Amino acid sequence: MAETVLMKGNEVIGEAAIIAGCRYYFAYPITPQNEIPAYMALRLPRIGGTFLQAESELAAINMVFGASAAGARVMTSSASPGISLKQEGISYLSGAELPAVVVNMVRGGPGLGNIAGSQGDYFQATRGGGHGDYRTIVLAPASVQELADLTVEAFDLADQYRMVVVLLGDGYLGQMSESLKLPEPSGKEFDKSSWALTGASGRAPHIVYSLRLSPEPALEEVNLRLQAKYREIEKNEVRFDTYRSKDAEYLLVGFGTSARICKAAVNILRREGIKAGLFRPITLWPFPSLAIERAAGSIKKVLAVEMNAGQMLEDIRLALWTSTSSSRNVVIDFCGRTGGMIPDVDEIVERVRNYEK
Amino acid sequence: MYEGIIFAGFGGQGIILSGKLICIAAMREGKNVSHIPSYGAEMRGGTANCSVVISDEEIASPLIRQPSICVVMNKPSLFKFEESVQAGGLLIYNTSLIDLKPSRDDIRAVPVQANDLAQEEGNVRSANMIALGLLLRLKPELAALDSVISALDEAVSARNRSLNIINTKSLKRGFSLS
Amino acid sequence: MRNEDADVKLVYSMPESLVDRPNHYCPGCGHGIIHKLLTQAIDELEIREKTIFIAPVGCSVLAYFYIDVDGCEAAHGRAPAVATGLKRVHKDKVIISYQGDGDLLAIGTAETIHAANRGENITVIFVNNAIYGMTGGQMAPTSLASQKTKTSPYGRDPADVGQPIRACELLNTLEAPVFIERCAVNNVKNILKTRKAIKKVVQNQVLNIGYSFVEILSMCPTGWGMTPQRAVEWIDEAMIPYYPLGNFRKKESDHV
Repeated sequence: MAETVLMKGNEVIGEAAIIAGCRYYFAYPITPQNEIPAYMALRLPRIGGTFLQAESELAAINMVFGASAAGARVMTSSASPGISLKQEGISYLSGAELPAVVVNMVRGGPGLGNIAGSQGDYFQATRGGGHGDYRTIVLAPASVQELADLTVEAFDLADQYRMVVVLLGDGYLGQMSESLKLPEPSGKEFDKSSWALTGASGRAPHIVYSLRLSPEPALEEVNLRLQAKYREIEKNEVRFDTYRSKDAEYLLVGFGTSARICKAAVNILRREGIKAGLFRPITLWPFPSLAIERAAGSIKKVLAVEMNAGQMLEDIRLALWTSTSSSRNVVIDFCGRTGGMIPDVDEIVERVRNYEK
Repeated sequence: MYEGIIFAGFGGQGIILSGKLICIAAMREGKNVSHIPSYGAEMRGGTANCSVVISDEEIASPLIRQPSICVVMNKPSLFKFEESVQAGGLLIYNTSLIDLKPSRDDIRAVPVQANDLAQEEGNVRSANMIALGLLLRLKPELAALDSVISALDEAVSARNRSLNIINTKSLKRGFSLS
Repeated sequence: MRNEDADVKLVYSMPESLVDRPNHYCPGCGHGIIHKLLTQAIDELEIREKTIFIAPVGCSVLAYFYIDVDGCEAAHGRAPAVATGLKRVHKDKVIISYQGDGDLLAIGTAETIHAANRGENITVIFVNNAIYGMTGGQMAPTSLASQKTKTSPYGRDPADVGQPIRACELLNTLEAPVFIERCAVNNVKNILKTRKAIKKVVQNQVLNIGYSFVEILSMCPTGWGMTPQRAVEWIDEAMIPYYPLGNFRKKESDHV
């Protein structure tokens, strides 16, 4: 059993990536995730890996493209403005079906915004982010322990489905130190010999590409295959967590840091005898639509809590409003702060108390 | 037990270290801990603070809006955080650098001449340890003095580890105050 | 290989690494010549099975169909970054980044300079035809002053859009590159020199000597609105005076 250690979220991501077998990391500095490149710069050269500070986020994500095409486990990390720049590469990775782990420690936006933690990149992360019809698996950890566990899992998911997995944290999670037990490597192995670029020795050449000009349906065929893969992921990879939600009359819904705040609010409300519970999506894509629809069945009101202007809120609405069950009539309320501000526990508690009146 | 603590002061006063230290000690005693430092441009402006939660229960939210304990090592930090302390909460303030009294009467405000006492112990840089020692005296349920002392080598970076003898003395000195 | 008739010697055959299929290049285009020179070098150095070829965005985006090695597409301008990622994983493989002028000197300027500055042990083959061919003949960073293109219909005005950029001279200000040379493929003499230079930039990588760069002035009759014959002349008359041919850098490894 691993011992309990106190580590900072950003450094935990680096260590967990190394545990997962990642030996290649390319990135460009940006706050609030600079501890990740610093950690990798310290650790990777000592274990035969490669750390390279790229000349830009564009270069970094394309170095990731190259290393992934070569068959390696590879990661990059950034924060919101840098992730916007990486979207080009993420689209190409998706088109070429290359696995990669992209960490976004979200900060306040739009534009240069600020360096406080935010959840304003939910739309960008869950809708693909770049051009074209694609998705990325989006994992939303809510604690330092989960940052570690989900980082390891991200590499397996990326390799299993040959796609980009986004670890969507926020500035607070990255800066936060909590006690954790470092995870073990999963031990899963993935055979990349049918597509990785290793030199055409004793086999026909492999080509890693996303341009499909002809014949005409070629690109659509690829898109249909991608979509089929996405449906499979929606079926198999939905992850979520619930807290005191079984008999709840009011269901708070939040992910990441927001979910921590919600949990504190639930505890206070329960002490007052108000039946509040928490539903926490861990995969933001695939969104746990079915689970939330079920959880909302006997609920009086849903309150979405986010560090943005209401982005996950749209997925909750989609899940409930398209439902054929009674959950389609559940009232959905929203509490959010933007620009790096955090919804206050007391504000959430007060809001739910008012539902009782 | 559930305490939300804010340590605040100048950059260089060892504010973040105080938080880390008590977290490691409490963690070794089996408690749940979390630590969030101020970061980025705010740090470069010269002030530093960190939010620490120590709890017997799982920590729901690591963010603190109203600390139950606040340790302020300089005047700007007193101005910034005094108002936020919970009614009935504890405020430790460094009178070596703060020449006025906290204005609230619904909290317990405890003065400590941290810099002067640290100087007496051998190095003014261990003022944070004086304050931390006092905190451990006033709130023994957070962590034992011994746990904090044995966490020093883990929490203090290699280049400052030679100060740990003075840090230990300062922790004990703070702990001996009443 | 030897013909059965002892008096008849095989003096030419297609390079083994060049795929025998019709290509999509226009009549008079220089890419075909350069592909052949590159595959000859790959054959001669016996590295077909360990070469990874990066195709850029531009006319040569489909070049991996013509070269019988592992191939990788790169986003526009990002080939040196992709090459860096590949090379850092496969230090024993030969990574060849094949790029056009818009790719290398406009959208990918940062990647070009920084890969060169790091001294990545890769081979960069830069095809300079002074125009954007694939998108239909727009102005390139290397289009000449007063050159008319779709996006400089009155001729490139240096006062407005700057002078064309000279890649070799620019990279020659950096410490790390070990080989920098400019060649052309507009006549037999120049083609033979290009053949030598291409072999050199690939060989340098095989020998782990370091970042090697060759710029090749090449014809784009379609983009230039010229006959193929006129296009080869235009390289002599207009391009070479601004882009002088020759070697700019030649560092040999200590142990070679």
